[in-house]
Amino acid sequence: MSLTRDQVQHIATLARLKLADAELDEVVDKLSRIVDFVDQLQAARTDDVLPMAHPLNMSQRLRADEVTEPNERDRIQKNASRIGNGYYLVPRVIE
Amino acid sequence: MGQGTDALYTRTLTDLARGLKDGEFSSRELTESLLQRIDDHQQRLNAFITVTADDALQRADAADKARANGNESLLNGLPIVHKDLFCTKGVLTTCGSRILANFISPYDATVVERISAAGAVMLGKTNMDEFAMGSSTETSYYGPVTNPWNIKLSPGGSSGGSAAAVAARIVPAATGTDTGGSIRQPAALTGTVGLKPTYGRVSRFGMVAFASSLDQAGVITRSVEDAALLLSVIAGYDKRDSTSVDHPVPDYVAGLSKSVKGLKIGIVRQHFDEGLAADCEERVKAALTALKEEGATLIEIDLPNIDLSVPAYYVVAPAECSSNLSRFDGVRFGHRADNPEDLFDLYCRTRSEGFGAEVQRRIMTGTYVLSAGYYDAYYLKAQKVRQLISQDFKKAFENVDVIAGPTAPTTAFAIGEKTDDPIQMYLNDIYTIGANLAGLPGISVPCGFADGLPVGLQLVAPHFAEETILACAHQYQQLTDWHAQGPEEFS
Repeated sequence: MSLTRDQVQHIATLARLKLADAELDEVVDKLSRIVDFVDQLQAARTDDVLPMAHPLNMSQRLRADEVTEPNERDRIQKNASRIGNGYYLVPRVIE
Repeated sequence: MGQGTDALYTRTLTDLARGLKDGEFSSRELTESLLQRIDDHQQRLNAFITVTADDALQRADAADKARANGNESLLNGLPIVHKDLFCTKGVLTTCGSRILANFISPYDATVVERISAAGAVMLGKTNMDEFAMGSSTETSYYGPVTNPWNIKLSPGGSSGGSAAAVAARIVPAATGTDTGGSIRQPAALTGTVGLKPTYGRVSRFGMVAFASSLDQAGVITRSVEDAALLLSVIAGYDKRDSTSVDHPVPDYVAGLSKSVKGLKIGIVRQHFDEGLAADCEERVKAALTALKEEGATLIEIDLPNIDLSVPAYYVVAPAECSSNLSRFDGVRFGHRADNPEDLFDLYCRTRSEGFGAEVQRRIMTGTYVLSAGYYDAYYLKAQKVRQLISQDFKKAFENVDVIAGPTAPTTAFAIGEKTDDPIQMYLNDIYTIGANLAGLPGISVPCGFADGLPVGLQLVAPHFAEETILACAHQYQQLTDWHAQGPEEFS
């Protein structure tokens, strides 16, 4: 196994995922297989190669910082589970 | 009242447009007949997540009215279905996931908007691998889609619902998206035409993002002519997508008549190795011979780094996926876990309940390759290899006009056959991923059958040379009738 249970638990925490104990071994196994598979890349000679940042090697366009959309808060918040006074409600963060 | 409306489903978009124009049938009759067909086959195929029957009939009536007033747009009254990855205003948009099981999009994707503005009638949203992460449409929260050629088999994926619906003669055309082969591979496995345009050719605005540097919208149809027609509608600059390219949109349908005489077709040596099933190889080679007999020249070429395309993809795509999918937190939209202890618990449980196993694996792979200490070794390395692969294509296109070969290594495989082995599943896209890494346009066109199952021929062209592959594929369809053959069970 190229990854340990602890490593996978740490990755899950970083990714804000909760892994059940019962599924951990399977996740470790499959992720290890994926990491082993992509490890083939290490054999490639990439010494003077620039990493690709855009598939057409173009630079990203900028736009003027202008308000172009109307405020549709109420309509958009219809998709939220919990709102109050136009705010999204989450569990208390600061006591 | 029109005549013969019960066989409308067998006809292509181009053919239906003619029928509507000639008054052979109305948009309402056409829409009713296809809605019935969706209903008749939903249980066996599971190709749809949502059917928008009421809206469709209203739109059809409006299209009939527009026609009566001499006010016809290009796709007036013609049917279309959208992969459930495209946002559709006021309509459920799930992306095949539980986490979006209650998401009603407040806006339309540009692709949806343009097709709608051209007068088309949306009949529904098609099933897909969750967040387009899969090559079999088995990772959908809404259950797997089956292949109309044999319902024990997968239609491929991730645009499997779109491909199955078009192959089963339920609808003539569907949209799809292609990040690593998700239009072309299911098209190959279902005997349909699948077109992935150049990166930036079609706006990604309103597409639920998977891997933003690879995702591209396209179409699945039965004839190349229909694909060209739809591309003419969806292609073009959109200021709402910062990677959309301002490049002129030619008349793709007019370009189809170009002969293949003198066309230089590159054959990639690495694409005909032991990974390709013998009967698929035979069909693809026969197709190449047919093009040669029409006057094309076949030239053997090398893509020296192409063997690294799948591993490079499985670093870059998960990295981008882990970043894109961080927006699903249960706060602003989508599924939310019950009774969270605190914010951290809300995030973690929402995401673990909302995402399926494959999506979670990809998020974790991406998180790992971007994490401190691994970024250079994996992510940066993969982006360098991606550059090498892209340069290989560029060099190849100095000598050839298109690159041709198999779309997929085998014909359709059984549902459940590859779900336990992620690597085996990933290798389905071995011939398609290169075009995504390099941002190139590609098309898969039916080129025969092996053991009664469809085989696809893939054509790839330089950036913005969609016209070349469309013309070549169209000319091939004039020589053969593979695309006209449908699965018996659905004929």
